Amino acid sequence: MSIDQLLGLATGVIFGFLLQKGRVLRYDKQVAALLLKDMTIFKFMLSAILVGMFGILALHEMGLITLSLKAMNVGGVLVGGALFGVGWAVMGYCPGTSIGAMGEGRWTAIFGIIGMVVGAGIYAQMYPFFKSTVLAWSDLGKIGLPETIGVNHWVVAIVFAFITLGMFRWFEKKGL
Amino acid sequence: MINPEQITASYSKGWSPYLAGALVGVLAIFSVYLTTIYMGKSTYLGASTTFVRAAGLAVQIVDPSYVAENTYYMKEKVVVDWQFLMVIGIFFGALLSSKLDGSFKLERLPPLWEKHFGSSVPKRAVFAFVGGIVAMIGARLADGCPSGHGLSGMMQLSVSSFVALAMFFSFGVIVANLLYRKGN
Repeated sequence: MSIDQLLGLATGVIFGFLLQKGRVLRYDKQVAALLLKDMTIFKFMLSAILVGMFGILALHEMGLITLSLKAMNVGGVLVGGALFGVGWAVMGYCPGTSIGAMGEGRWTAIFGIIGMVVGAGIYAQMYPFFKSTVLAWSDLGKIGLPETIGVNHWVVAIVFAFITLGMFRWFEKKGL
Repeated sequence: MINPEQITASYSKGWSPYLAGALVGVLAIFSVYLTTIYMGKSTYLGASTTFVRAAGLAVQIVDPSYVAENTYYMKEKVVVDWQFLMVIGIFFGALLSSKLDGSFKLERLPPLWEKHFGSSVPKRAVFAFVGGIVAMIGARLADGCPSGHGLSGMMQLSVSSFVALAMFFSFGVIVANLLYRKGN
């Protein structure tokens, strides 16, 4: 096994462990989040984003890492994001959690996993079509929120932190 | 009404989602730093590209020349890389955690599904399979899933990730409500 693969495996084991401990893997949790009845997944994701954001922005500012933004391809993100949302609600798992759900014994997640592999194969076959249609509409490139709205990244991060903490307070007050 | 206590009763011994989530944030920071040092490239958490590689590996068994000539497989490269092992690791991490705290359970059908659609496994299989196809085509068009966009992209304040996550959730909320609200 190469160092890349070893590092990946170790990262994944910890990631899977934490996903399971946070109780975000199960179908019922995923669907309850989409029904806005149980905010566990929002709490988990937003906590991860909040902590990760400050660390990554700091490491980037120190020149220790490079950022890897995904392009704002308007058609791709809007149409793809909508399709993903539809499929997610029907399947009850996202790609990462489907694998974790198998790990905690929810073996029927395998049908979703097989569907996703088939979906990836269909996408590869249809890629030239998507490239000349949906993906060709408008590509704004790899843009970050701070430069787009013209403020320092720390300002954006701090505003994001306040909004997130406000949401957490509201979740707890409402018992969600 | 779905009673949240019923759903979580056998499943409540976990950690606070705030704590587990914050630790994923710490993991993400270490992961980006360590991949930069040891692999020479800052690599972020993500999952959906691995499904493309898995599809490529599967098709390769039957028709290697198809994969070799397909522009998308050429673009994403059909290799067992860092992320591929990361995704496999998720399985073992979840297995370890659930075995240690007794929440591991071989479950035929999710309780919420059974409540609304009955106890047929084939029915669930068809829904999950079709949902999986739609979700993955969407994730590839958007270039990410709740890991790549939702966690990694948001941490980097990527505009595309804010928009993608808003789309994931808004369409997910609409469809989940259409599917599961009725007859509660």
